Amino acid sequence: MAVKFLPSADSAVIVEFGDRIDRAISDQVLGLAARMRAADIAGVVEVVPSFRSLMVQYDPLRTSSAELIGAIQTLLTSKTALDRKRRLWRVPVCYESDFAPDLESVARQAKLALEEVIALHAGTRYHVYMIGFVPGYPYMGDLAEALVLPRRADPRIRVPPGSVAIATTMTAIYPLESPGGWHLIGTTPIRIFDTLASPPALFAPGDAVEFEPVDSATFARIRSATERRDYRPASTELAA
Amino acid sequence: MTAALKVVAPGIHTTIQDLGRYGYQASGVPVSGALDAISHRLANRIVGNVDSAPTLEILFQGPTLEVMADSARIAIAGGAAEIELMGARPSSLGGWRSALLRRGQRFRVSKLGEAACCYLAVEGGFGIEPCLGSASTYARGGFGGLEGRAVQAGDLVPLVREQASERAELGLAEPPRPSREQRIRIVLGPQQDHFTEAALERLVSEDFIVSKHADRMGMRLDGPLLAHRDGYNIVSDGIATGAIQVPGSGQPILLLADHQTTGGYPKIATVISADIPVVGRRKPGDLVRFAAVNVAEAERLRCDQEAAFKALVAGLAPLKPAGGLDAARLLDANLISGVVFDET
Repeated sequence: MAVKFLPSADSAVIVEFGDRIDRAISDQVLGLAARMRAADIAGVVEVVPSFRSLMVQYDPLRTSSAELIGAIQTLLTSKTALDRKRRLWRVPVCYESDFAPDLESVARQAKLALEEVIALHAGTRYHVYMIGFVPGYPYMGDLAEALVLPRRADPRIRVPPGSVAIATTMTAIYPLESPGGWHLIGTTPIRIFDTLASPPALFAPGDAVEFEPVDSATFARIRSATERRDYRPASTELAA
Repeated sequence: MTAALKVVAPGIHTTIQDLGRYGYQASGVPVSGALDAISHRLANRIVGNVDSAPTLEILFQGPTLEVMADSARIAIAGGAAEIELMGARPSSLGGWRSALLRRGQRFRVSKLGEAACCYLAVEGGFGIEPCLGSASTYARGGFGGLEGRAVQAGDLVPLVREQASERAELGLAEPPRPSREQRIRIVLGPQQDHFTEAALERLVSEDFIVSKHADRMGMRLDGPLLAHRDGYNIVSDGIATGAIQVPGSGQPILLLADHQTTGGYPKIATVISADIPVVGRRKPGDLVRFAAVNVAEAERLRCDQEAAFKALVAGLAPLKPAGGLDAARLLDANLISGVVFDET
């Protein structure tokens, strides 16, 4: 599919690479985001990656849509190597029943044993497609096919922070208390959004995430260390 | 003691705002900032601040505040809002001008009637520690501004200056009086191809009304429903402020400063940047009519608006001292009309 340039008035140019959730499309989006940041084009306010497009916000007093589209086209054909720093995160999750209100219903709907749901969820390496909905909320995929379910029919008004959730082909962690319609299958003791951290969201789009089952005692230990700001989840740098 | 404005009564939703929190949308952090950036900037300029200094954004109903500093120079900008001095001899100081207040003086902001919001600036600014590079309050996320929330009775909103500088009070000779009938200019897209021809036609030809579901995140518009061509779900993508998204109900939602950074409903059009402050001033019950322009026109209109802003700021003039004569002002008035009116 050819790249499309869609206007959001004189505030942003949306560079659209496709119309579906797809790793290859995500890589194109994140590749352009990295090139845009490196190029530091005059008048660009910031770039916002999502599943299948990059929103390029600009200051119409400093540049124009026409000028910007020209500069983006040049970057899209650039052959220079990308220096994308990506990390692999190991995230502890407690899947015990007190921490996983929807685990049983998920198992029932997926026609799996509880242990199978946990093994499938914790046995996959996920790609962070984008962060949105609320500050720090990571859309991670793709789920094992057996776990793909529609959202809950009755969304919750309050989902506690740290809840690990699944819906459609995605998994996520609720960074703040917020409403939510996803199935809650576990809880992580770590903090994934912190305005005192730089950047505030622990994961960046393009990072990889793996979940590691922990028991409630380990959960309690990590949570208290997190509250003392004395815990940082393990991560390693990935080759680009 | 730290200089502050004490909140005697908070109003409905009074928050610290500036020009917004940029650079963190990729982390899902909304931009926030003043709904009406033009009035925010004017309030700052009237008291001699830079545009980016934090102001108090006042939504729907004004707060009552008390000066807890040796002196403070304040200004109110937005709609017909006025500063009303309280106490034994209440008096109105009007809006779009600075005023010097002393320790212990109480005032309230009144006459918001015609605009949803107005801005209170203090010379030197409010002493708010930036969060992620901005003082703007994002109440849903619980960060920015004063403890991440709207002000409450009893709060002390800190001031940078202990006392005001010695200088003449400034005012705008001709405050902006934007028409409430003014059409809101939009550019179709980014997803106009998800809508029927009839929906696109209705968007620019029919009347919408701001519903009671209106806050800093966005406003639902009552009026004709806008039909999708096939389905209302899209793969989530980025949202710019001013985008008009249409969920399954067909009722459009115009997204404002605190909108979420991504969303899965198609966006039929986006308000041009010059008209975002105009939309920010609209309140429930107000009429909204749209007119389509193209991107190049939108960019030109924004440049025109910036030129008009500079001209307005250049027209800031010392106020005539009460009871006295101001020769410069007199001369100006004579040159224009040949007749001098005493407005006080």
